[in-house]
Amino acid sequence: MSHLTDLPTWAAIVVCGLVLLGSAIALIGSLGLLRLPDFYTRLHAPTLATSGGVILICTASIVCFAVLQSRWVFHEVLIIVFVIMTTPVTLMLLGQAALYRDRVEERRGVPLKQKPLPEPADE
Amino acid sequence: MRTWFPYPLLSVGLLLIWLLLNQSVATGTIVMGTILSVALGWVTLKLNPTRSHPRRILRTLRFSASVILDVVRSNIAVMLVILRVGRRAPNSGFLTVDLDLEDENALALLACIMTATPGTAWLEYDRRRKSLLFHVLDMENEDVWLQTVKRYEAGLKEMFG
Repeated sequence: MSHLTDLPTWAAIVVCGLVLLGSAIALIGSLGLLRLPDFYTRLHAPTLATSGGVILICTASIVCFAVLQSRWVFHEVLIIVFVIMTTPVTLMLLGQAALYRDRVEERRGVPLKQKPLPEPADE
Repeated sequence: MRTWFPYPLLSVGLLLIWLLLNQSVATGTIVMGTILSVALGWVTLKLNPTRSHPRRILRTLRFSASVILDVVRSNIAVMLVILRVGRRAPNSGFLTVDLDLEDENALALLACIMTATPGTAWLEYDRRRKSLLFHVLDMENEDVWLQTVKRYEAGLKEMFG
């Protein structure tokens, strides 16, 4: 990390811009968790950090180390791929749990569970 | 060929990940990666996942470009909603859409796309009815959201046939 001063000015500006923008998006996402009124709307806030935030910060990392070591650096792409692939699992779990709770408590404004169709005979 | 590579795409993907993680294309790394990807292909055979055959790579590229654009746009939209929430309560709500996707992998990809675009959250998919319940943060226009999901569905259907 001590070599960061070797970064040329243009690259430093690009990296700074990307990191600042990415962390601003992540911060706004966390603010959303605080400010949004109910559970389902709060579900949307952290996805800001997992999409925009992660992509911008990883891009900054790619640019930074590619310029510093003057070769192509791509393994940060894996971070983006794995984060995007795994977040739906958590979000679906949380969403389904909330839906289940609200249906049991018969809260208003929550879509009711549709009556399940009969099982197909071959299953 | 099939006995050696039961899942060719998976094996190629694993090899690529291995090379990326090692950050080298030296002969040793490639040999090790090939051994690992073939072995893990056999392990996956035991798990017996659903097979699907993605095709039309060019269309896929165009589809991903439109998805990336949507991600950027919805990121900005959701940020604006959060910043304005003190003055204007978000007009959020639930939507149901009937899907016509059979392929499990296509459905998984759709879930990834809808979660990656902030503003839509996948809640519940009814396998028998083939209907998806999702939550939208800012429902300015219901039809726009339904059309967006339908557009993804059409793109995925083209890819997975």
